[in-house]
Amino acid sequence: MDTKKDIDTAETKVTRRDFLYLTTGSFTVVGAGALVWPFIAQMNPDASVKALASTEVDLSPIMPGQSITILWRGKPVFVRRRTEEEIAEAQAVEQTDLPDPETDETRVQKPEWLVMVGVCTHLGCIPLGNKGEYNGWFCPCHGSHYDTSGRIRKGPAPKNLEIPSYVFLDDNTIKIG
Amino acid sequence: MSDDYEPQSTVAKWIDKRLPIITLFSGHLMQFPTPKNLNYWWTFGGILTFCLITQIITGLVLAMHYIADANLAFASVEHIMRDVNYGWLLRYIHANGASMFFIAVYLHMARSLFYGSYKEPRELIWIIGVFIFLLMIATAFMGYVLPWGQMSFWGATVITNLFSAIPFFGEAITNWLWGDYSVSGALLTRFFTLHYLMPFLIFGLVILHIWALHVPGNNNPEGIDVVKGQDTVPFHPHYVVKDVLALVVFMIVFAGFVFFSPNILGHSDNYIQANPLQTPEHIVPEWYFLPFYAILRAIPDKLGGVIAMVSAIAILAFIPWLDSSKVRSCKYRPLYRQFYWLLIADFILLGYLGSQSATGIYLILGRLATLYYFLHFILVMPLIGFIEKPKPLPKSISEPVLSKEEQLAKSGQTA
Ligand code: HEM
Ligand code: FES
Repeated sequence: MDTKKDIDTAETKVTRRDFLYLTTGSFTVVGAGALVWPFIAQMNPDASVKALASTEVDLSPIMPGQSITILWRGKPVFVRRRTEEEIAEAQAVEQTDLPDPETDETRVQKPEWLVMVGVCTHLGCIPLGNKGEYNGWFCPCHGSHYDTSGRIRKGPAPKNLEIPSYVFLDDNTIKIG
Repeated sequence: MSDDYEPQSTVAKWIDKRLPIITLFSGHLMQFPTPKNLNYWWTFGGILTFCLITQIITGLVLAMHYIADANLAFASVEHIMRDVNYGWLLRYIHANGASMFFIAVYLHMARSLFYGSYKEPRELIWIIGVFIFLLMIATAFMGYVLPWGQMSFWGATVITNLFSAIPFFGEAITNWLWGDYSVSGALLTRFFTLHYLMPFLIFGLVILHIWALHVPGNNNPEGIDVVKGQDTVPFHPHYVVKDVLALVVFMIVFAGFVFFSPNILGHSDNYIQANPLQTPEHIVPEWYFLPFYAILRAIPDKLGGVIAMVSAIAILAFIPWLDSSKVRSCKYRPLYRQFYWLLIADFILLGYLGSQSATGIYLILGRLATLYYFLHFILVMPLIGFIEKPKPLPKSISEPVLSKEEQLAKSGQTA
C-alpha cells in the first residue's frame, strides 16, 4: 500500500472510513449510556417512597409555646406555635447579623405557626428545641445554634432550617408536601 | 525463584504443565528471595491477610443469619447474639476483627513511612495500598451501619450528608445515595450489598499489591537495594516462621478483646435501635476514624471540612513524589526522623481530639494538629530532602555482618 498517498488523503479530506469510525463510536457511546442509566437511576427514590410524600397535620391541640414533631418523608418536621415574644424576637433581628439572610416574614405563612424541617443543615442531625444561645434550636452534633425563626446564627451549619412546602387547608389543618 | 522450581510428583508435573499454578505459588510463597534483615514490622502484611480472611469468613456466616431490613436488622443482630449457636462469638470476632484490621493497617503504613517503602521503585505498591485503605474505610463504615442501632443510623446520616456539601448537585446526590429523602431501609440494603462486595474487591487489590511487591522485592530496614543470593533468604521457612510467630501474638491480643472486653471498642448507644426522631447526645465514629473526624470538625466551614477530610487521605497517594530525599530508611535520616515521630504523635493527638466535643481548647488543638498534618506532607517532606545530611549508608545489608566476621577472623590470626 502506498502510505504516502494514504497520509495525503487523510490530511486533505474526510474519508468514508472516518465517517464510519465516528458514527460507530457515537452510537456505542449513546448505547452504553442508555444501558448504564437504569443501573444508576434504580438507586433514586422509588415510586413507593414518592407516594408517601405528603402528610396532613391537625394543629388544634398545640398551645402557644408548644411544638410537635411529625415524620414527613422520613424526616422530622417541627411545627411550633410561637409565643408573642418569640415572634417579636424573630422579627427584630438585623439581616446583617444572619449568615443566611432571610426575614421572618418569608419563613412563615402565619407568624404564629413556624413549620420547618427539623434536620440540621450541617450534617443532618436533629436539633433540640428551646435550646442554644438564640432561644431557638441547638444541634448537639457539632454545635449549631438556630434562632426562633429557625435561622442559623452560629456554628458550622451553612443554611437556615429548611421550610417545606405546605398549605393551610383550614385554620386548624396544614398539609405538608 | 519460580524458574528454579521443578514439581516432583507425576500428578504435580501433569497439572503444572497445563496450569503452572504450583510453580507460581512455590515461587512467590516459598522460594521468594527475601532480604535477610527484615524485622517484626514486616510481619503486618501477613497479619493483614489473616484479618481480611477472618472478616470474610465470619462475615459470610453472619450474613446467613442477618436480615438487611430497617424493621428487622436490629432484631436479627440480637438474634445472632442470643439464639444462633456461637453467634455471639462470630459477631464479636467480626466486630473486633475490624478494629484489629485497622490496628494492623496503621502499623503497616507507619512502617512503610519510616523505612521509605513508598519510594522508587515501590510507588505503585504504596498507591495500591492507599486504595486498599480507602476501601477498608468504606467497608468498615458500611458494616457499622448494618446492626441499625443509634450510632449506625446517625453515623450513616452524618457521613452520607457529607455529600450534600457538593455545590449544586449535593441534594440530588444524597437523595440518590439514600434512595429516599433521608437515611432509611433503602440505604441499609444497598450498604449490605456493598459491604458484602467490597472485601472481595480488597482481596483483588491485595493480589495486585503483592504482585507489584514481587517485582522489585521487599524493602528492608536499611532501605538499600539488596543483592540477590548474598543478601536474601528464601521466604519459606525463614519468614513464614517469623510471620506465624507474630501472628500468634496478634491473635492473643485479638482473643483478649473478643473474650474479655468485646464491647470496649464499640459504643453502647449502638445497642439502642435506630430512631430517626432522636439524635444521640454525642456522636462519635469508630475509633479508627477519629483522626479524620477531628480534621473534618477542625474546619469551620461545611464544604471546607469535607474537602480537608478527603484530602487527608488523598494526599497519602502523592507521598512518593512529595518526599525529595534519595535515602529511604529513617535510620539514616536524622532530621526527618524527628518530624516522622512528630507526625505520628500528631495523628494520635487528632484521634484523641476526634473523641472529644469540638469546643474551646479541643477545637484550637484540633486546628493546630490538622495544620501540622498537612504541613508535614506539603512542606516538611519536600524541603527536608534538601536540608538534611543523611548518615552514610552501608554498601550492602551484609556489609556490617561480614566486616565483623572479617575482623574476628583477623584478630584470630594475630592472636
Ligand atoms: C474488609 C473486611 C470487613 C470489615 C472491615 C467489616 C467490618 C464490619 C463492621 C465494623 C461491622 C459492624 C459490627 C457490629 O458492630 O456489629 C460489620 C457487620 C457485618 N458484616 Fe462485615 N466486615 C468485613 C467483611 C464482611 C464480609 C465479607 C461479609 C459478608 C460476606 C460481612 C458481613 C457482615 C454482616 C452480615 C454484618 C452485620 C452483623 C453484625 O453487625 O455483626 N462483612 N462488618
Ligand atoms: S449536624 Fe448539626 S451541627 Fe453538625
